[in-house]
Amino acid sequence: MDYLSKLENQSIYIMREAFNKFENLAMLWSIGKDSTVLLWLARKAFFGHVPFPLVHVDTTYKIPSMIEYRDQLVREWKLDLVVGKNEEVLKSGVTFPNGKATRVECCGTLKKDALKQVLEKHNFTGVIVGVRRDEEPTRAKERYFSPRDKNMEWNVEDQPPELWDQFKTDFQKGTHIRIHPLLHWTELNIWEYIERESIPVIPLYFANGKGERYRSIGCWPCTSPIKSKARSVQEIIEELRHTNVPERAGRAQDKESEDAFEKLRRDGYM
Amino acid sequence: MHISGPTEQLKIVIVGHVDHGKSTFVGRLFHDTGTLPEGKLEQLQKIAERRGVPFEWANLMDALQSERDQNITIDTAQIWFHTKKRQYVIIDAPGHKEFLKNMVTGAANAEAALLLIDAAEGVQEQSRRHGFLLNLLGIRQIAVLVNKMDLQDYSQERFQQIEKEFRGFLQTIGIEPKLFIPIAAKHGDNIATLSTNMPWWNGPTVVEALDEFKIAELPNNQPLRFPVQDVYRFDERRILAGRVESGTLRVGDRLQFNPGNKVSTVKSIERWQSTSRDQASAGESVGITLTEQIFVERGAIGALESDPPYALTKFRARLFWLGRSPFKKGKPYKIKLATQEVECEIDGIEKVIDASTLENILRSGNDPYVGRHEVAELYIRTKRPIAFDLHSEIVSTGRFVIVDGYEVSGGGVIIEDNYPKRTSDTLHKSENIYWSHGKVTSEQRARRNGHAGYVVWLTGLSGAGKSTIATELERELFNLGKHAYVLDGDNIRHGLCSDLAFSPDDRKENIRRVGEVAKLFADAGMICITAFISPYRSDRELVRNIVKQGRFVEVFVNAPLDICEQRDPKGLYVKARANEIKEFTGISAPYEAPQHPEIELHTDKLTVAEAVTKIIDYLHFRDDTAEVSI
Repeated sequence: MDYLSKLENQSIYIMREAFNKFENLAMLWSIGKDSTVLLWLARKAFFGHVPFPLVHVDTTYKIPSMIEYRDQLVREWKLDLVVGKNEEVLKSGVTFPNGKATRVECCGTLKKDALKQVLEKHNFTGVIVGVRRDEEPTRAKERYFSPRDKNMEWNVEDQPPELWDQFKTDFQKGTHIRIHPLLHWTELNIWEYIERESIPVIPLYFANGKGERYRSIGCWPCTSPIKSKARSVQEIIEELRHTNVPERAGRAQDKESEDAFEKLRRDGYM
Repeated sequence: MHISGPTEQLKIVIVGHVDHGKSTFVGRLFHDTGTLPEGKLEQLQKIAERRGVPFEWANLMDALQSERDQNITIDTAQIWFHTKKRQYVIIDAPGHKEFLKNMVTGAANAEAALLLIDAAEGVQEQSRRHGFLLNLLGIRQIAVLVNKMDLQDYSQERFQQIEKEFRGFLQTIGIEPKLFIPIAAKHGDNIATLSTNMPWWNGPTVVEALDEFKIAELPNNQPLRFPVQDVYRFDERRILAGRVESGTLRVGDRLQFNPGNKVSTVKSIERWQSTSRDQASAGESVGITLTEQIFVERGAIGALESDPPYALTKFRARLFWLGRSPFKKGKPYKIKLATQEVECEIDGIEKVIDASTLENILRSGNDPYVGRHEVAELYIRTKRPIAFDLHSEIVSTGRFVIVDGYEVSGGGVIIEDNYPKRTSDTLHKSENIYWSHGKVTSEQRARRNGHAGYVVWLTGLSGAGKSTIATELERELFNLGKHAYVLDGDNIRHGLCSDLAFSPDDRKENIRRVGEVAKLFADAGMICITAFISPYRSDRELVRNIVKQGRFVEVFVNAPLDICEQRDPKGLYVKARANEIKEFTGISAPYEAPQHPEIELHTDKLTVAEAVTKIIDYLHFRDDTAEVSI
């Protein structure tokens, strides 16, 4: 079996475990390449169906074409979409783009808290998330099935053992489990798989006329494109084979302080 | 433009005693192979400078705040690097005893291991324990790195001394390490290039040794094992989803599902957006449809009839324990094996071993247990039959984890024992039976039958579901290899009790006779299931008193009257309401509900299968002589 098929089969197995074990299961969809691959794998796992809702946490600062792309796929693939927004904070205007919060504070309210609200509202006990170990160091420590306590906090010092594809599926009421079927994929694998399967991705990933492309996408005030000539999936793969620049280099919130991102993640950020 | 194929990765775990230099080694390996992200080294050097502490290579891996403070690896971090040959995932496992479960997590996912030993400190507690666990986790490709050679004047003698000692230990537990390499991680000696400080070492370097490791092959040539993960009905297809753990699955294969011994034929192999193929090999997550619809659930393992797994309630295992509370005899736990989950307990402990010394731990007293971080050889008994293989024969169905409360607390592999084969030779297990004075005792019968005799007495309103449950229970027990028989109300009335009507006295006599017959069945070693309304408490108590103590199982099949009346399978309630039937229980005659039934089934909430499972669970719990159930 070739390597991409190994990755694919493992992810399908994990997703099916999650579907069997959680009555209230949802999948986060950030519209980015990873969670779109995840969505594709869900359709593989469930033979063309997506038997749980997708949650998109909308900060209202997303690059506008992301929302268009999202709504188009929802129609074409007949997806059940739940949109989460932190209405209260958005109304009060305490956000980074308004100059009233730091980047990290803004991520904390518009993404992390918004996620918490939407999970509580719908009673989701299992959430499938498309994070990968190679993205940044704290994600490297995740489990496939990773518990979060009732305040969504991640106890990274005391995580369950995970071996032989036996996952943590027993948990106390009030806590929830994050499920990470792409944990073992790399950025390069994601693109190799997108190419193999011809998965549609948002055009922001491809170089525009100015020689720039997004390598990682998020909110426009905190995400900047990289210099690149890669205009196709193949060219992106070739570019990644030769880069030494980290994937999230264009994400400003990671850099506010040395451990900014780590703190966000401990508190329940995805 | 040339694009080569997708990048293949080899997963390596780095283990060893705390402070023997694992994280430093990884940082250096990264640097020396040129895979460090741009700016990372400078960033970490700057942070160290700002904090006024010397830069440590280990900080590369220990990215979390808490670890920088404590200077030890808490979790397994994963990080990627590549040589000219291929890409690697490095799993840096903590060496601190406290974090053994994280080491196990890291190592269980690896295909090869590097075990570091400090040249100054030599072989330590965790060096040995990690070696032992690597073997238990099934990792066969191991290289030992003797680190900090710079602090030993790069002495060949010291290196050979450590090699001799540790090789001896590893051999006693059945590990043959590929090789030992002397290194000084801090300075990069023998990591990517040969060290000039150790002219006596001609190689290989660590990188060369890594490139010699092989990527594990999938077990395509072993017997087929297809554990059912789930059953889907998203559309008109009824799909059994699962992963082929070993062997090859083909359309037209006649599959036997165990435990349960149900057979059907593979009609199709289902995939989405993949080329259609009529076979699936090891590692593939697929779905199948069957030609004949049989009742198969998550947990069942599909296999060819010619080569099925064992399906028993007891097996022998080698286990390591990670839980905070010890693994105790007499306490119920959950076992997870492939996709099966069953309640289990320790049947008996053969020995408990200290994995760092290989010494047996002797425990006095009557409550044997396996403590945290200990290893044991023991017997485990499950409440229901569980399908398994020997770990030495089929890996993925030969290993399991134990869940204590909410936590995965231990793992184990199933080892050799005198297991009865699935089919014809089951009878051979009766060797131990002896005859005393020409009489067969009920214990002897129980041993031969694999279970004791019981009276399972179902009582409840008409329409509550007694007969449905009774016949389904009989079928399930039969499939489990138990001797079971239903005493059917109509049959009794036609023969044994044809002289009786429905007056209170006749009802009483009817139940008495049924009770006597049921008792005889139970004495003969059978599980006798009765399904009678039996409305009077005193009548049921009469039967309880003639059956051997503990062998009368009163099952209250409890459904509200209005639900029974809605169901009305025989149209009797309608007639009773119309006064066409006199003395109808629940309408015009009383029903005295059991006060302390052994089992109560709310059939308005339970499915038939769930109800049956409850009874079977109860029987196994009480049935301490059952060894084989097929």
